[in-house]
Amino acid sequence: MPDDIFDAVIVGAGPAGSACALTAAAGGANVALLERGEYPGAKNVQGAVLYAKHLDAVVPQFWKDPSFPGERNITEQRVVVTSGREDWINFSFRGGRYKTEPPNCFTIIRTKFDQWFAKKAEEKGAQLFTGVTVSEPIRTNGSVKGVKTSDAEELNAHCVVACDGVNSLIAQKLGVIDEWKMDEVAMGVKEVLAIPKEKIDDRFALEGNEGLTIEFFGSISQGMIGYAFLYTNKESLSLGVGAKLSDLRRKMIKPYDLLDFVKTHPLISRLIKDAKPLEYSAHLIPEGGLHSMPPLYGDGFLIAGDAAQMVNPTHREGSNLAMTAGHLAGQTIVEAKKNNDFSKSALAAYERKIKASYVWPDLWEHRNVEKNVEKDPSILEVYPRLLCEAMYHHFTADDRPKKEHKKETMKMFLKERGLFKMIQDAWRLRDAIG
Amino acid sequence: MSSSAVDARLGLLTYKNDHESHISIKNQDVCANQCKDKPCVALCPAAVYTWDDVKKNTKVQYENCIECGGCRMICPYLNIDCHWPRGGFGVAYKYG
Repeated sequence: MPDDIFDAVIVGAGPAGSACALTAAAGGANVALLERGEYPGAKNVQGAVLYAKHLDAVVPQFWKDPSFPGERNITEQRVVVTSGREDWINFSFRGGRYKTEPPNCFTIIRTKFDQWFAKKAEEKGAQLFTGVTVSEPIRTNGSVKGVKTSDAEELNAHCVVACDGVNSLIAQKLGVIDEWKMDEVAMGVKEVLAIPKEKIDDRFALEGNEGLTIEFFGSISQGMIGYAFLYTNKESLSLGVGAKLSDLRRKMIKPYDLLDFVKTHPLISRLIKDAKPLEYSAHLIPEGGLHSMPPLYGDGFLIAGDAAQMVNPTHREGSNLAMTAGHLAGQTIVEAKKNNDFSKSALAAYERKIKASYVWPDLWEHRNVEKNVEKDPSILEVYPRLLCEAMYHHFTADDRPKKEHKKETMKMFLKERGLFKMIQDAWRLRDAIG
Repeated sequence: MSSSAVDARLGLLTYKNDHESHISIKNQDVCANQCKDKPCVALCPAAVYTWDDVKKNTKVQYENCIECGGCRMICPYLNIDCHWPRGGFGVAYKYG
């Protein structure tokens, strides 16, 4: 470990950490980027869909880089609502505008992406150290001045940026968060499944580099707050399911049994037929949102990404928020270096930048969505079932006039949910959509 | 069913195992006397935890751990100490 004093030690080479290191280094700061895995991405798991706009802000025109490890550009996004095992409804949006470069979003293999991104930070002058686990921050006169590693080495810096993910040891040791509670996180389990490109193209009606994402809601999550997903990569599919840890605890469902429940669903089993598992993974997803967010800065420290609960679960966004936050933290470090001031009041600029970006308004708008659903989780099961019933009546031809089918559908909604309850549900879910 | 469902999956993974465990049960008496339904056994996605009904203790197969960190929150008695493996050790995802 080098003896020099870094302007910043950034802990964790994920989207937040590498964005921060790259931006800070490009602005002339002397930064160390620490990664506890053997290589960046070794410990990281994501669906994974990444949004282009926010990466473009950090690595301009990244899509023109021949080494960029993007999988498929997402041109179609589908939502499947399931009822029981045999009924489902598809909503799909295919956008022609998503065909142009850069795409709105694209799938990635996270470990490949993280290695590429960290390399971009290195090219700007950041020093990457892999296989380094941080054991605690070093504090001098109340201010954070570096980190100690599990091999009892010390790195000194003017500030430390915690980008160490949902299980942020730095944030815990700084005393700004306690252990998350079970309802502040979801557990996601996932498999990457190998399947030839032509089969993916045929099965999902795709061409060239087009990609499709599907999210499954309803009976698929067995009454828990969560959903399953199926994303197309070049020559593999990413299939996963996530649920609130508190819900898994309540139901005592083994995560890999839930994954099997998803894999054997009649629709999904057809979509993944003959695909060969390449890897299984599990990870926690911060879902406490703004209510769980720790202070984003202090004397000599900043927090970004999952470590700061920067996830918008209703829009499956997180890595983009992390990149933006890392980018803004990097800018803050450059300014702090210029003014030779890493005090709490100087680093407060980071929070002002976050508030001025899309990150804060999005987290603010969605701050109560999950809490509202938790007030009455039956929403997750009742509406998919009622919608499927309504569809059944709409499409079924028998001896009865259509009018009677319509009447029966209306009666069913009123009986099962009631007008008042439906208005209440709509009010509770108002922020989930849009 | 469940054990094979997880064993085959863990078999796909690459690990670099440390000789020392990064997980420990703080107090086995709590598992034996207070914990009724053993949520760590049910919910760990890598089947790290098993309950030995003869010895009345929770066995920890730390080599299986895929480092999600959920166990710390799952344990109703906060009786699991799960910190990170030393640098470079533990699971190494190839896809993630």
